[in-house]
Amino acid sequence: MISLRSAWPNLAAALLAFASISYAAGPATAPGAVLVNAPADAGPEIALAGVLEAIDANRLDLATQRVEALIAAHPNFRLAHLILGDLLTARSRPLETFGNVPKTVPREKVEDLRAEALQRLRAARDRPNADQVPRYVLQMSADQKYALVVDSRRARLYVFENVGGRPQYVADYYVTLGKNGMEKTREGDQKTPIGVYHVTANLPRQKLADFYGAGAFPINYPNAWDKRLGRNGHGIWLHGTPSDTYSRPPRASDGCIVLANADLEAVSKNLQIDLTPVIITDDIEWTDAAVLESERKGLADAFEAWRVAWENRDSDKYLGYYAARFKSDDQDLAAWSEHKRAVNASKSWIKVAVSRLAMLQYPRENFVVVSFDQDYRSSNLSNVMRKRQYWIKEDGRWQIIYEGGE
Amino acid sequence: MTPFPDLRQTVVAFFAALAAVSFAAFADDIQDANKLLKSGQPQQALERVNKVLAANPKDPQARFLKGLIYTEQGNTKEATDIFLGLTKDYPDLPEPYNNLAVIYASQGQYEKARGFLEQSIRTHPSYATAYENLGDVYAKLASQAYDKALQIDSANPAAKNKLALVRDLVGGTATATAAVKPVVVAAAPVASEPAKAPTVVAAVEPAKPAAEKTIAAKPATTGNADVLETVNAWAKAWSSKDVDGYLAFYARDFKTPGGEARAEWEKARRQRISAPKSIAVSVDAPKVSIVAGGQTASVTFRQGYRSDVIKSTSTTKTLVLAKSDGHWLIQQERIGN
Repeated sequence: MISLRSAWPNLAAALLAFASISYAAGPATAPGAVLVNAPADAGPEIALAGVLEAIDANRLDLATQRVEALIAAHPNFRLAHLILGDLLTARSRPLETFGNVPKTVPREKVEDLRAEALQRLRAARDRPNADQVPRYVLQMSADQKYALVVDSRRARLYVFENVGGRPQYVADYYVTLGKNGMEKTREGDQKTPIGVYHVTANLPRQKLADFYGAGAFPINYPNAWDKRLGRNGHGIWLHGTPSDTYSRPPRASDGCIVLANADLEAVSKNLQIDLTPVIITDDIEWTDAAVLESERKGLADAFEAWRVAWENRDSDKYLGYYAARFKSDDQDLAAWSEHKRAVNASKSWIKVAVSRLAMLQYPRENFVVVSFDQDYRSSNLSNVMRKRQYWIKEDGRWQIIYEGGE
Repeated sequence: MTPFPDLRQTVVAFFAALAAVSFAAFADDIQDANKLLKSGQPQQALERVNKVLAANPKDPQARFLKGLIYTEQGNTKEATDIFLGLTKDYPDLPEPYNNLAVIYASQGQYEKARGFLEQSIRTHPSYATAYENLGDVYAKLASQAYDKALQIDSANPAAKNKLALVRDLVGGTATATAAVKPVVVAAAPVASEPAKAPTVVAAVEPAKPAAEKTIAAKPATTGNADVLETVNAWAKAWSSKDVDGYLAFYARDFKTPGGEARAEWEKARRQRISAPKSIAVSVDAPKVSIVAGGQTASVTFRQGYRSDVIKSTSTTKTLVLAKSDGHWLIQQERIGN
């Protein structure tokens, strides 16, 4: 004979303890309110949270119904199958733990799904705050429609839309990252790099193995900064998921950023090759929009003063914007200064026009990547190029530590 | 050997119940057919059954037996049709649903099996066989879900071990009986409730008072006299159709078998005990073990049950009792050890 009811609290307790969710935490989690609206099509996180809440409310049938709806929407969603297994097991005996599979099953297989559950449930609980923006996106250029920001601690990719040069939150998605963690430095280290990158190509599904799912977008790792630090390796992509699974564990790739196929398709609509920034962090720093704006203005003013000094051929002032540790691709500050003084002195006039200006704070570093189209005209030479500088604020002054063409 | 070793079929109770509603003229044929089937002569059994059906095509007992014969012969399509027909004509009988579930489960169609078992239980909320089968089906479904979650190929040996393990654990209280024979619960006679029974009226003589006598338990060497006295008194109250007395043996925190509300369970028991004209319950070979500092006792015994509509059933039953104000009260009641 089977007692159904006695098994429920065990399951709920196992899941809740696991997800560290406190139901006393906020008004959004009032049991009555959540039980009515948690459709499977609201995204897997919300749907999973709905399952959990039904379990918490001792509504085993509702929980089963919800997880079955989730499976109907995503037939290869392994985590949902695991929870369904638990809900069914709970009908015949008490559960000992979340993912109550027989002891003969390798533990790491279950641990992977537990880790995914934890990340997804956290994401359902910790929604981005509407007043907060990631610290990194100071200024988007007019033609950059979107920016992506990855948070490895939360296994999450956030999409921001460019609204007047400022980031505005659009959506966020569960991602799989490198199985050995973050901050890639070496070929084959199976880590995901941390830094400011952009997508460099669109590899359509037809040209890829099933492993990459709905498509792939390589990013420009190693970038100039990585190379300067001697980092190597290649082939870091944003890509989809093999057809036999809806998603992969949070830490499972060789360094790539892996999204569910539907999510990759949604994100890829917003991607512009060589334009869309992909900022990869281990823990997003969120800040008030006002604070970010003040930071942006300080840098924009310094940048404008640098441009004007150059136009004025005021070499002392112009070179004053370059830090002692400045390095271009092939010159240190002394060589750069000597060269620039000679060039500036040879001109009777200079005009520098700047457009498509973007400013992105580099995670873990103190510098900001400033990219722009530079239209340089002078009495004896003109050229147009895409330029990149790294600006750093030290002792209250903004200075350049790197400058080069893209 | 039964083709469905992991799912218990109810056979005995059904026949016992329907014996009351079958035409007396065919009772012998049906009994013979049943014996033939049990002795491994399904073809001969089928001939007898067909004889009954030729004269009386609607006869539920004959149809049910024919369904069983086809099931045993592996003729599942025919068996399914017969049991489905019975669920249409006699929607309140739990057994055809149960056996449909057994067939579907044997084909790996656990979702369908689940549906029929749930229907069976809706028909009879304390129908233990269906609960046990449903437990097995849930375990199978859970196992399938885990396979999908963990990408384990059920065809590989590890997965088979896993399934066997799940079955053992889930079997829990029922494993002992599962290995033996089809189990019939005392609650099963419900099938013969007059209101729900098939339309044919039983031509059964009122049972003699002698039949109501409770067979006294033999003193058990390990036993505790108080506990045995309580169990015997419980059986006596049941036999006397003293529903209030019977229900008084159950503790306030009694775990109802299906997890249903106490009131629901009591209502069902009241119906079932009131329905037959006579009941006789016996307690045989009880084994008592006392635990928890003498505050909890477990009694396992062979429970004999018969009534004016159920000829005779025997099953292993375990009662878990707890001492409350110097009285032993039943906390759990289950089939098996």
